[in-house]
Amino acid sequence: MAYTVTTQTPASRIATILGAILVVVLIVLPFFAGRGTIQDMFFILTMLVLAQFWNLLAGYGGLVSIGQQAFVGMGAYALFGAVILLGLDPVPSILLAGVAALVIAVPTAFFAFRLNGAYFAIGTWVIAEVVRLLVAQWKTLGGGTGTSLPRDATRDMWFVEGIEEMLGVRSAAARDILAYWLALALALATIGGIYWLLRTRRGLALAAVRDNTEAAKSVGVDAARMKWTVFLTSAFGTGLAGGLIYMQKARISPDAAFSVTDWTAYVIFIVVIGGIGTIEGPIIGVLVFFALQALLADFGSWYLMTLGVLAIVIMLIAPRGLWGLLSERTGLHLFPIRRRLSGGQLTTSEE
Amino acid sequence: MIWVDTIIQGILLGGLYALFAAGLSLVFGIMRLVNLAHGDLIVMGAYLMLVLVTLLGLSPFLAVFIAMPLMFVLGWVLQKFLLNRTLGDDILPPLLVTFGLSIALQNALLEGFSADSQRLPTNALTTASVDVGPITLGVMPLLTFASAVLVIIGLNQLFYRTELGRAFRATSDDATTASLMGIKPANIFATATGIALVIVTIAALYLGLRANFDPNIGPARLIYAFEAVIIGGLGSLWGTLLGGIIIGVAQTVGAAVNPEWQILAGHVAFLVVLLVRPRGLFPRAND
Repeated sequence: MAYTVTTQTPASRIATILGAILVVVLIVLPFFAGRGTIQDMFFILTMLVLAQFWNLLAGYGGLVSIGQQAFVGMGAYALFGAVILLGLDPVPSILLAGVAALVIAVPTAFFAFRLNGAYFAIGTWVIAEVVRLLVAQWKTLGGGTGTSLPRDATRDMWFVEGIEEMLGVRSAAARDILAYWLALALALATIGGIYWLLRTRRGLALAAVRDNTEAAKSVGVDAARMKWTVFLTSAFGTGLAGGLIYMQKARISPDAAFSVTDWTAYVIFIVVIGGIGTIEGPIIGVLVFFALQALLADFGSWYLMTLGVLAIVIMLIAPRGLWGLLSERTGLHLFPIRRRLSGGQLTTSEE
Repeated sequence: MIWVDTIIQGILLGGLYALFAAGLSLVFGIMRLVNLAHGDLIVMGAYLMLVLVTLLGLSPFLAVFIAMPLMFVLGWVLQKFLLNRTLGDDILPPLLVTFGLSIALQNALLEGFSADSQRLPTNALTTASVDVGPITLGVMPLLTFASAVLVIIGLNQLFYRTELGRAFRATSDDATTASLMGIKPANIFATATGIALVIVTIAALYLGLRANFDPNIGPARLIYAFEAVIIGGLGSLWGTLLGGIIIGVAQTVGAAVNPEWQILAGHVAFLVVLLVRPRGLFPRAND
């Protein structure tokens, strides 16, 4: 009998086609969209990347971190350091941002993995505070008040001149478009990479560890190694996003770059509202988040209060988030990772 | 002599941190719940007393006795109707719900009281000091430290000498078996959080009298409280006091070397303890 193992579903095939069209539209977006739209899309894409990596940590790895701002801030400062101190171009420096985040992730994991569950969460937060306080001592990068990227570094950035000529826009708009394209590439690579990871043997091991650590260990999964892999991967990706976000902002301060609200609270809300433990969840979440922000932007602290309450309500009545609700009702999976057996002869025990 | 003074000030500051931490330690000990909104609840307690002091013209030391039962009820309701629903094997719901609560509370306070710094009204007592040999000690820090010691003695008495304490310990060990003996874990948890918020109110009194506060300082208080609990060892109340003292001394010594290092030194002390004694100085429970 011939068996086949598939993960694709009809819905996921349609989603792949629609996704491909969406990607093409997003790539050509700067040709017809205004600067405001591009900046909004940049914000959505970078938040999506942060949310996907936090989701990988918490939703798949079971590691609830409240210290992701350490990696955003470290990545951002590494980029500024590379540009200001080493005179590198900002675009390749984004890679250095990821590496810098990876470098501090090693000692962070060493300390934080000594704490379990909820204490791990606050432990990562303490370490993020330590990194913030240390960076604020770095006087050549502005200390506590921060600094800006030098004008000539941002003006002569790679690709900017080409974009100016190709689209007929001014330098500032060209920089936004460049940042947008990089964010799009990063978001696609993140989603693709995480989807790929979850479909490999390692992804299977990860799901096993999430569902039951002891049972996973008993069948030979190295749970500790999985935790390290997930933590370091997510730190690297978060660092890249941090570098990119601050390349676009071109102005940095320790309080902003290491803000727990901007880089962790928002991200947690996005994932929880959209649906933790799924790839679709953060995508839905970031759209809801952006819509709420556009709606409530004029109400200041009411906005964050609403997000907090919404997250509590969702956690209590629909712990799998909006996508979980939809997926339960319809059985829809856009990024299926479950392996299904088809073909062959079904034999039942009654026979 | 300056160093002796610095260290004594640090020990007294540790009393404040132990007060921040005692409620956190109590709730964790009984229901393994880490309340990420703990710091914001302390700040809320301080605002509650500020309202009482302003509206009724009371002394903060009287207002605290009105605030305590109010905070107890708040804690009871919060636990019974919200936090109890998050308890279980999965660690995500309690963490994410209390984190949502923390952000919601912070912004509610911001909306209600603006971002301006506030302070509870001080009088002669709060600025008074006593001379002990060559060292001058503030009355407020001494009162804070004494209150921390009293709170910890009180909690230990409650735990080991009363029926309620027995119920606490039984539920902590095994909630299912305890419920077979006629204990209602949901109510026990609610009472525990109520008591934790009474301690939070005492902490809030000293927070508000000793320094300025604003709606955004909650998370930092949570972190100090957390560090004190971890240094002391989970489940040990005297350990929590020692943890608070270690953070306090590290901070004052750090500040004496370089004012910018105050907070950093506290965190570094925590990390060093975590490095050499990952389960704290006096670990009790096997968590």
